[in-house]
Amino acid sequence: MLRVHNLSAGYGSLHVLRRLSLHVKPGEIVTIIGANGAGKSTLLRTITGLLRASSGEVLFKGEDIQRIPPEQVVFRGCSLVPEGRQVFAAMPVRENLLLGAYVQHKRGKRDEVAHDLDRVFGLFPVLRQREHQLAGTLSGGEQQMLAIGRALMARPTLIMLDEPSMGLAPLIVKDIFHIIAKIRDEGCTVLLVEQNARSALKIANRGYVLETGRIILEGDAGDLLANREIQRAYLGKDLDGENK
Amino acid sequence: MFWQQESECMDRKELEQLQLERLESTLNRVYLNVPFYLKKFDEMGFNPDDLSSLDDLGKLPFTAKSDLRENYPYGLFAFPLREVVRVHASSGTTGVSTVVGYTRNDIKTWSNLVGRVLTAGGVTADDVVQISFNYGLFTGAFGLHYGAERVGASVIPMSSGNTKRQIKIMQDFKTTALVSTPSYAMLIADTIREMNIDPNSLSLKWGLFGAEPWSDSMRRELEQKLMIKATDNYGLSEVMGPGVAGECLHQNGLHISEDHFLVEVIDPETLQPVKLGEVGEMVITTLTKEAFPMIRYRTRDLTRLMPETCPCGRTLRRMSRVMGRTDDMLIIRGVNVFPSQIEAVLFDVEGTEPHYQIVIDRKGALDDATVLVEASEKIFFDEMKKQKELIDTIKKRMASELGIAVEVKLVEKKTIERFEGKAKRVIDNRKL
Amino acid sequence: MIVPDIMPLLEVNNIGKRFGGLQAVKDVSFSVQRGTIKAVIGPNGAGKTTLFNLVSGFLPSDTGTITFRDTAIHGKEPHQIAGLGLSRTFQHIRLFSHMTALENVMVGRHVKGRAGFLAGMLGLPGTRREDQAHRDRALEVMDLLGIAAFADTDATSLSYGQQRVVELARALATEPAMLLLDEPAAGLNMRETADMAKLIMKIRDRGITVLIVEHDMSLVMNISDEIVVLSYGEKIADDMPLAVQQNPHVIRVYLGEDDA
Repeated sequence: MLRVHNLSAGYGSLHVLRRLSLHVKPGEIVTIIGANGAGKSTLLRTITGLLRASSGEVLFKGEDIQRIPPEQVVFRGCSLVPEGRQVFAAMPVRENLLLGAYVQHKRGKRDEVAHDLDRVFGLFPVLRQREHQLAGTLSGGEQQMLAIGRALMARPTLIMLDEPSMGLAPLIVKDIFHIIAKIRDEGCTVLLVEQNARSALKIANRGYVLETGRIILEGDAGDLLANREIQRAYLGKDLDGENK
Repeated sequence: MFWQQESECMDRKELEQLQLERLESTLNRVYLNVPFYLKKFDEMGFNPDDLSSLDDLGKLPFTAKSDLRENYPYGLFAFPLREVVRVHASSGTTGVSTVVGYTRNDIKTWSNLVGRVLTAGGVTADDVVQISFNYGLFTGAFGLHYGAERVGASVIPMSSGNTKRQIKIMQDFKTTALVSTPSYAMLIADTIREMNIDPNSLSLKWGLFGAEPWSDSMRRELEQKLMIKATDNYGLSEVMGPGVAGECLHQNGLHISEDHFLVEVIDPETLQPVKLGEVGEMVITTLTKEAFPMIRYRTRDLTRLMPETCPCGRTLRRMSRVMGRTDDMLIIRGVNVFPSQIEAVLFDVEGTEPHYQIVIDRKGALDDATVLVEASEKIFFDEMKKQKELIDTIKKRMASELGIAVEVKLVEKKTIERFEGKAKRVIDNRKL
Repeated sequence: MIVPDIMPLLEVNNIGKRFGGLQAVKDVSFSVQRGTIKAVIGPNGAGKTTLFNLVSGFLPSDTGTITFRDTAIHGKEPHQIAGLGLSRTFQHIRLFSHMTALENVMVGRHVKGRAGFLAGMLGLPGTRREDQAHRDRALEVMDLLGIAAFADTDATSLSYGQQRVVELARALATEPAMLLLDEPAAGLNMRETADMAKLIMKIRDRGITVLIVEHDMSLVMNISDEIVVLSYGEKIADDMPLAVQQNPHVIRVYLGEDDA
C-alpha cells in the first residue's frame, strides 16, 4: 500500500533522513518509533509530500506521492493526523468533523457523510456528547480524538498519525491506542509515528525503530517489544553491559 | 505444505524491498554496536548512509572465518551477553573454535526458519522426529530440535551414535522422520539391513539430511533402503545454523530463506559476483540476526543459484546442493575439480559409497591425475574384461562430468589409508 | 589568595519559566563542576532548549538564580554572560557566508578584542598587531579541532560536518571557561558524530567545562560525566550516565508506560 524507498530528506544542508526504506501492507498497523530528534516528524512530512525528499521515492498505491499535490493525496485515500492535534478551537466539534468530510463531497459521496459521522461518534462516544461544544474547550485527549475523527471523515484507506500520545496522561493514551487498533480492525491501514514505543508496539503488527534519521531495527511488533536494542536507541549504549 | 506461506511465497519485488529495509537496519546496527564492523567499514570508506540499493552490497567488506577466530569469543556480538540466551560454537578443526550467540528473538526466528525447512521436507505436527545429530555446542541438533518443536512434531532428542539403539527407538517410538547427516543415515540404513529388519516394518516417511555434502545418487540409495523421501538442508553456525535453506519435495535445489539471508555467489579468485546461475562461492549476509549479525560471510561453500521458479509455489530462490568447498578445490590442468564430483561419479557407477583417493603428479608441464578406487571384492574374481569395462566407464564419465581425463586404477578393499575412519581423499604430489 | 576549586562553575537554583499557560521549566536546580561534561536530555517538549536559553541569557527567567564563576548571571544580557566566559553554539548553524572558515572563527574573537573585529577587518591603523594575535589564536583553535587545513576555504563550501566544527571553533575562540553546546551532533552522520564526541572530550580535557543539549544518545552516554533528565519542564534525574540509563522513571519517560 505504501512503499518508501531510499528516502533522504532534510532542511537545507541539514540531513535529517538518511536513505531509509519501509513499507506498509493493507490492513496492518505499522509503527515508526524513536526518541525525539530521530526524524519521525520529518519522515511523516516527507511521506505526505509536505516536505520534498532530496532522494528516493514514496509510493502510495504505486503512485509517487511527491508528484501529487497534498490535497490530492488525501483525495486518494491517505490522511494525516498531525502532531499537536491542531483542531479548530473556535468551531464546534461537529463542524470540525464535517470539515474532514469535504473530500467525500468532492468524491460525490455527500450522502455517505451522515453515516460516516455516525461511525466516528461510534468510535468516540465522548465526541457525540460534546457534539456542539467548541473544540477549544475539549481536553487534550478529546482533542486528539477529534483530530483522528476528522481524518476518518475523509474515509482514508491509510491513516497516518503523528505522535497521538504526546502530552496525554497514560490512561488516555491507553484509550486512544485502543481506538487506533479498532480503526485497523475495521479495515483502515494505519501508519503510527510514536515516541511511546511500548504503547505503540502493543497494538502494532510491525514496527521500525528510527534513530538519528536511520532505521536501525525493523520487525514484528512483538519481537521488537522484546528487543533491548530499542532501549539502546532511546537511551544509548548499554553501559552496564560493556564489560562482557 | 508451507510453514510461513506469506514469507515463503512473497512477491519478488516485495521481497527485495524487505531485503533492502533489513539490510539498511542491519548495517546501521552493526556500525553502531560492533567495533569490528565500524573499523572495517571505515577502512573501506563505507558509510551505512551511502547504501542506496541491494547492488551496493559489493561495497561492503567480506567477513572470513579468521575474523571470527580473531574476535574469540564474544568480539563480534552486537548485544551484551545479558541479552544472549544461547551460545554455540563450531568445532575448531584448525585450533580456536568460533563462537556464536542468540537472543530470545534469534531463537524464535531460527525455530521458524527450521520450521520452514522441515515443513518443506514433509514434516507436520503429526510426525515423530528423531534427531540423530550430536547434541552439544554444534548447532545442528538444537536448531532442528527447536524447529521441530515449533512445527508441533513429537521430538526424540536421540543424538548420534549407538546405532542399534537408534533403530530400536525408531521401531518402538514409531519414528516417522529421521534428521541426521546423510552419512549417518547411510550407516543406519546399512545396519537395518544387517539386522535383517524389513524397512517396511518401520514407520519412517521422511529423511532430512544436512551438515555435509552428499550426492543425488546417495539420496536415491537412502530413499530405497529406508523407504523415505529424503531432502537436503543447508546452514552454518556462523550465520545461524541449519535453516538457511532447504529442499522442498520436488527435490531440486534448496530454497534459501532470502527474507533473512542475503546470498551472493562470487568467484573465489576475483571476489567478483559470478553470472546468475553460475557456480561460485556462496557469501551470506544476515538480515535479521540480533546477537550475531554477519556481513558478507565467506562460506567457502560452492554452489549456484537457480533463478527458475519452482513448481512448489515458493518464490524463495533455490541454491543447488553444495558442490564442494573452495578450500578443497583442486585445479587440475586449469580445471576446477572437487573431490565431491569424483565421488558422485564413482557412486553412480559403483552403486555404493566409494572409497577412493585422488593422486596428482606433475609430469613435465602437465598435471597427471589418477583416481584409486577400492573395488568391491567380487570384481577381482571377475574376468579382466569386466574390470577393464568398469575402468573405461569411470574414465568416460569423469571426462564428461569433470572435463578432464584422469587415470583410474582399481585397488583392493581397505588398501587406501584412512584417518579416523575417513579416507584421505587427495594426495597432491605437485611442487607448485 | 587561591580560591579552592570546589565550588561548581555553574549553579542553577530553582529556575522557572512560564509561557502563557505552559510551565516550560519548573523549579529546576543543578550544578556543573569545573572540567566536566554535563548533558541535558529529555523527550520532546521537556524544556531543554528553554533551560539552555535561560542559562545563556537569551531568555529571562521568572524565578530562581543562576551563578556562574561566583557571579549571579540571571537577568544579564547574553553578551554580558558571554563576556564572563560562557560561550554557546546553536542548533542551526549560524556561519557567515562569503567569509572563510578562519574569518568565521575570528568573529568569535571579537568579544576579546579591544579594537574590535570590524576595525580589524577594515584594516584600521593600530589594529594590525592585535589582528595578527587574533588570527594566530583562531588558527590554534582550528588546529586543535583538526580543521586548520580549511582555514582559507569559504565556510559555506565546507561539508555540513565541517561547518559544525567551525562553529565549535568559533565558540572556543572566545577562550571561554564554559561552552554551551546546542545539539552539536544534529545532522551529522555516524562517523562525524563519533568524531564530534572526541572533539568535545578533547575540549573538556583542556579544562573547559561543557554543558550540552543533545538527542543523540550514542554521543551523550559516551562523553558525559553527568546527565540531567527533564520531563515536562521538571528535573527527574541528575546522575551519572549508567544510573540515568537504568533509572526506571527515565525509561518510562522515554519508552512509555510498561503496562499501558
